[in-house]
Amino acid sequence: MEMIKVGMADLKACKFPDALTTLGLGSCVGIVLYDPITKVSGMAHIMLPDSTKISNNSNIAKFADTAVDQLIKDMINLGANPTRFVSKIAGGAQMFSFSSKNELMRIGERNIEASKQKLADLKIPILAEETGENYGRTIEFYSETGDLRIKTIGRDIKII
Amino acid sequence: MSELNFDNIDSVQIDILREIGNIGAGNATTALSQMVNKRIDMGIPVVKITDFTELSEVLGGAENPIVGILLSVEGQINGMMMFILEQASAHTLINMLMGRELDAFESFSEMDLSALKEIGNIISGAYLSSLSSLTNLKIIASVPYMAIDMAGAILSVPAIEFGKIGDKALLIQTDFGEGGKENLYGFFILIPDMPSYKVILDSLGVY
Repeated sequence: MEMIKVGMADLKACKFPDALTTLGLGSCVGIVLYDPITKVSGMAHIMLPDSTKISNNSNIAKFADTAVDQLIKDMINLGANPTRFVSKIAGGAQMFSFSSKNELMRIGERNIEASKQKLADLKIPILAEETGENYGRTIEFYSETGDLRIKTIGRDIKII
Repeated sequence: MSELNFDNIDSVQIDILREIGNIGAGNATTALSQMVNKRIDMGIPVVKITDFTELSEVLGGAENPIVGILLSVEGQINGMMMFILEQASAHTLINMLMGRELDAFESFSEMDLSALKEIGNIISGAYLSSLSSLTNLKIIASVPYMAIDMAGAILSVPAIEFGKIGDKALLIQTDFGEGGKENLYGFFILIPDMPSYKVILDSLGVY
C-alpha cells in the first residue's frame, strides 16, 4: 500500500489498496470522494470556496467547485462509477479566534459551506464530517475500509 | 502600475518589499531587545517568494507545531500581519523574558502564553509603525490573536489570502538571537490585500 500525499491546493485519485493523505489542514477543507464497490478514492485539499469569484483561477485544485469536478473526472478514469460516490469532509477550522465579523476570518466556514453545496448539487451524500473548531488536522483516507483517520495535536485520533 | 502578482513580480518590487522587511524587522528586534533587556542581533532578512505548497516546508513541515501571532491591519493599508516562531524558539524567548534557564522546555503556562502574545504584539507593532513612517500611510493594528498548532494549519490563513491573488506567497524571514548567537528563528508575513500592495508601492513612488 502506498500513502499518496496531497498538497495544499492539490488533488489526487487512487485505486485500492493505496491510501491518500493531506497534512496540516487549517481553514482549508479536505474533500474525500469514494466509490465503495471499486474502492477508487480521491482527495482534494481546497483553499477557497468559489472559482468564479477570483480572476486568477487557473489552479482548479484550489477551489471547492472546480476541484470536485476534476476529482470526479480523474476517478472515472480509474474506473469509478460516479453514481455510487460517497464523500467525507474535514477541516475548515478557524485558526485564530477573531471576534470581528471580518469576512477574511470566516474563510474556514465558507469553505465548508461551499464544499457541502457542491456535493449537494452533485447529489453525492456526505457520510461523515469533522469540520470547524479551531485546530489543525492531518487526514488519511484508506481505500480498503473507507475510513478517514484524523490526527490533531493534543487530541485523540478520530476515525470517521 | 499593473496589478501586482507574485507569479511575475519584478526585481524592483522585490527590493522594495525586502527593504520594508529590513526596516520593519530592525525596529521589531530593537523592541524585543528592550523587552528582554539583552542585546539581540538580527540577520539580514530574506525575502522569499514560494509556492504555498512549499510554505510550511520552510517551518519544518506541515505537521511541525509552531506559534503564530496574527494581527489584522486596517487604515490606508488593509490585511493581516503575522509573526511566526518555531516552538523551540518560542520557548527560548519566553525563558529569556522570564529569566529562566534557556533550555527549559516544559509546556507553556497561561502566563507564558500571555507573555508570548505580548511579545508578538510589540514586535508586530514595531514592524508596522516603521512601515507606517516609511510610507507615510496610516496603519492601525488589531489586538493580537495567537494559535499554537501544525505549521500547515496556521499557514493556511495567510496562504488562503495569497491564494486569492495567485499561487505564490511572499514571506520575510528574519533570524535573530542573543549576543551573536542567532538561535531564534522568526518569520514576518505581511499580507496586505490586493489594493494595499498598490498603495504601498505608490506611496514609495514605484510604478
